[in-house]
Amino acid sequence: MSLYKKKDTIIIKHVTHTYKTETGLLPVIKNLNMSVPENGFTAVVGPSGCGKSTLTKLISGLLQPDEGEVYLGGEKITTPRPTVGMAFQNPVLLEWRTIIKNVMLPLEIVPNKLNSLEKEQRAKQLLSLVGLEGFEEKKPSELSGGMRQRASLCRALVHKPEVLILDEPFGALDAFTREDLWQVMHNLRKEEPFTGILITHDLRESIFLADEVVVLSGRPASKQFFVKVPKSKIPKLESLYTSKSIDLLKSLRKQIEIAQNQQEQNK
Amino acid sequence: MRHILVPLYAIIIFLILWELLVWINEWPNYKMASPSDIWPAFWKFKVLFFQYGWDTLWRTVVGLFIAVLCGVFLGMIMGFSKVLREAIYPLLVGFNAIPKATVVPIIALMFVGQHDLNTILIAFMISFFPIAVSVSIGLSTLEPEYRDILRSLGASKSLIFWKIALPKTLPEFFGALKVAVTLAFIGTNLMEIVSPHGRGLGALFDSGKTNSDYPLMFAVLIALALLGIGLYYVVVVLEKIFAGWAERSSD
Repeated sequence: MSLYKKKDTIIIKHVTHTYKTETGLLPVIKNLNMSVPENGFTAVVGPSGCGKSTLTKLISGLLQPDEGEVYLGGEKITTPRPTVGMAFQNPVLLEWRTIIKNVMLPLEIVPNKLNSLEKEQRAKQLLSLVGLEGFEEKKPSELSGGMRQRASLCRALVHKPEVLILDEPFGALDAFTREDLWQVMHNLRKEEPFTGILITHDLRESIFLADEVVVLSGRPASKQFFVKVPKSKIPKLESLYTSKSIDLLKSLRKQIEIAQNQQEQNK
Repeated sequence: MRHILVPLYAIIIFLILWELLVWINEWPNYKMASPSDIWPAFWKFKVLFFQYGWDTLWRTVVGLFIAVLCGVFLGMIMGFSKVLREAIYPLLVGFNAIPKATVVPIIALMFVGQHDLNTILIAFMISFFPIAVSVSIGLSTLEPEYRDILRSLGASKSLIFWKIALPKTLPEFFGALKVAVTLAFIGTNLMEIVSPHGRGLGALFDSGKTNSDYPLMFAVLIALALLGIGLYYVVVVLEKIFAGWAERSSD
């Protein structure tokens, strides 16, 4: 019997990755195993510099692991593929394009059968879902940081990717804007189901958004701790302040501390 | 209206002060010609001014065009490959460090009598450097996330160049082109001044010198300034069209 169920959309199997730097080899990920089931949403937390961003590159196919395999939808990843959507902390919108043209960018690259009107409708539909109706023709420089990040999420989803990879997408936003965007994420998940992985430093964010939280050990990263987050149908911010949530946050914090200490010792 | 009137008034005031300066000091026109000397000098040679002005203009534009092609090409090479940047950069800096005035006689001897070619070559050589540097810097400072967004979708290198790298470099490119325009005019005139049979405003300037027609020399300077301003604003218009997005609205 396999350890990995077939329906898991993202499977990371015995993955090890080492960077070659001028001062020698820098192992960043060591024998990492984890998986995200179809339409599941997993948050990955860990100490700074533990290899979380490397993980997103391995899943998206931008990097090849030295050892082990990454599977998306049962297929082994060897190159980047259009079934992936990505969003970073920096929204990286193209300043010379309007918001709607930014959102439509993946449709210009990924092979699809949509005509230009359908592409526009698809982008408009997503923009209204994240509350950017009426901003289609604005330039990114005319939008606030939170709005730009909303547009960036739309761009990540416009081509209906099987897998959404979010690398600290809300890290640079102020606390209240961040909470607004958490609600946006829940809306998006309801209307546009996707399988997702969220890299974050914010433990509250991880348990509010994700079904499962993985804590990575200090560099070289491997899975140190794993917890399923019980979810109510309609997530509310207040749920973060129940004693259950607080206990969960405390145990996650404890795990992070262990990982940090380990990373300190490995230096 | 204001943005036309204010510069216009400034020019008029400048001309009046110039006229006054010459008049008060009672300078003869071989020391400094006054604005009132310049118009007759221009009128006397008006046909030559237009013919030679045209020579100077098209040579400069062709030289500049070649500079853009070569500059963008070199910039792309240096922007995309670190090894090639390390290889080419010192050569480029060294070449640029040579004052082009010293290259003028060499080129003039190399292609004796081929005035158009000589002039275009110098205009090109003096003006491609800022373009190459700006394009290479623009490309090499492209944030990796921009590339990753497209690369993660399976986009090819050339698609990444056309969709992201090129448009993102345009503001830097136009900044350099504004510098290059002025430089190209300097190059054109350096060559024209030493080839008296080579036509062009530089040759007209030289004939003013040999015939002691000092107002003519000043008139050529004004004509050169007008051509330079014209070409500069052509670049400004192109910049507005192709890289206008980089300009933040002031409100």
